[in-house]
Amino acid sequence: MSWTKKHLLDIESLTVEEIVTVLDTAKAFKAVGERAIKKVPALRGKTVVNLFIEPSTRTRISFELAAQRLTADIVNFSADASSFKKGETLKDTARNLEALNADFIVIRHSASGAPHFLSRVVNASIINAGDGAHEHPTQALLDAFTIREHKEKIAGLNVTILGDILYSRVARSNIWALTKLGAKVTLCGPSTLVPKTFEQMGCRVTHNVDEAIREADIIHLLRIQHERQRKTMFPGIGEYTALFGLNKARLAKTKPDALIMHPGPINRGVEIDSEIADCARSLILEQVTNGLAVRMAVLFLLNGGKGPQEVA
Amino acid sequence: MPEATVILNAAAIARALTRIAHEIAERNESGAEVVLAGIPLVGDALAFRLGKILSEIWKLPVPVGVLDVSMHRDDLGRRAAPQVHPTVMPFDVTGRTVVLVDDVLFTGRTTRAAMDALNDFGRPKNIQLAVLIDRGHRELPVRADFVGKNVPTTLTEKVRVRLDIPGQPDEVVLEK
Repeated sequence: MSWTKKHLLDIESLTVEEIVTVLDTAKAFKAVGERAIKKVPALRGKTVVNLFIEPSTRTRISFELAAQRLTADIVNFSADASSFKKGETLKDTARNLEALNADFIVIRHSASGAPHFLSRVVNASIINAGDGAHEHPTQALLDAFTIREHKEKIAGLNVTILGDILYSRVARSNIWALTKLGAKVTLCGPSTLVPKTFEQMGCRVTHNVDEAIREADIIHLLRIQHERQRKTMFPGIGEYTALFGLNKARLAKTKPDALIMHPGPINRGVEIDSEIADCARSLILEQVTNGLAVRMAVLFLLNGGKGPQEVA
Repeated sequence: MPEATVILNAAAIARALTRIAHEIAERNESGAEVVLAGIPLVGDALAFRLGKILSEIWKLPVPVGVLDVSMHRDDLGRRAAPQVHPTVMPFDVTGRTVVLVDDVLFTGRTTRAAMDALNDFGRPKNIQLAVLIDRGHRELPVRADFVGKNVPTTLTEKVRVRLDIPGQPDEVVLEK
């Protein structure tokens, strides 16, 4: 199908066809990463700006490499070294970047909706690389890509997302993507971090971890985001690990082909046992590899113009 | 529905491919050096058919690859992003003769993109071009080595090559 969107702001507004288009395109870009020459000229002459107003290593590096593999120029702009500290507004910063002819702005911001705001005030294509606790669309796309690669399809799968759902943009984007693609999503974690209101997004909510993962095809673990919690939402890390951490004993009671995912960075010994993070059923490092392919696909699709897709 | 005329039916497509295969065999005395690279969506299917005929002529397997050119096009950004298909080149092209296979030769821009894309896989000894239809209107200095049929067209017409569609015969149609 033909991709017509100029920005990637969230998963909520994508159609099933658009999600599948990204995944199919990413498949071809993953193959590029396996060649001797891993670079294609698709975005030659284009400029991508990584505007990270919140710290990130893997997402920023992934976008940086994705842009380079597409032959775009990339500039990194981080909050520490920027004019934000001198009081410049987000809008002014973005307009300055645009004055340098940025074609794409990849933004991470602690405020939900910051990418949407930018998309209204500048002409560049905006890619949301995480906005507050709202969405992290490329993470959900790479997760869906990874699941599809292993299970061939997503419709009908049982996916359990375990951990800090309330503060997680990864969870929200994943819930949108997976439910659109027909998976049955179960959310689990401490009741303070997994409120029943999430049932409105079409998920099942439970606070019993053994029950949540028993029938799961995919166990998706999330990190406890200390930085987003205003006050402690559960008694302590030790208790969280005891009640919700994925360990050998818990894993033994799941389906033998259940696979484990985590968006990183992992906290070994907290939400996941060290041994399990490195076991054959863990897809954690594959997610990183696939993230690069998905981000190349997103940049490639957003680079499209307004003309008809068909080749003359 | 636009007005459509069949310009090649299934039998004519098969005859054209057999003739192209014999011309490829005539031009390249040693089949051992030749590999085929088909350009999706239709060129790859044609390449596999040509490969089968050629391996019967040469009595040796002829490697066939699928070469997607969308990442190397020169009109990206001017139109909606093209559908990208996985490239599968299961052989080294360095030092070999690569026959690019496409369904329709028109502006020549796909061929240029294909030569660029091929470059990422090595340095072929030489590159040849086989097309089922040459419809004219070149915008680049590109010429096919092997042509199934030359079809004079106007710029607004469309040539569609339909292969392997369930319940439908193979055919090439010209849409006004």
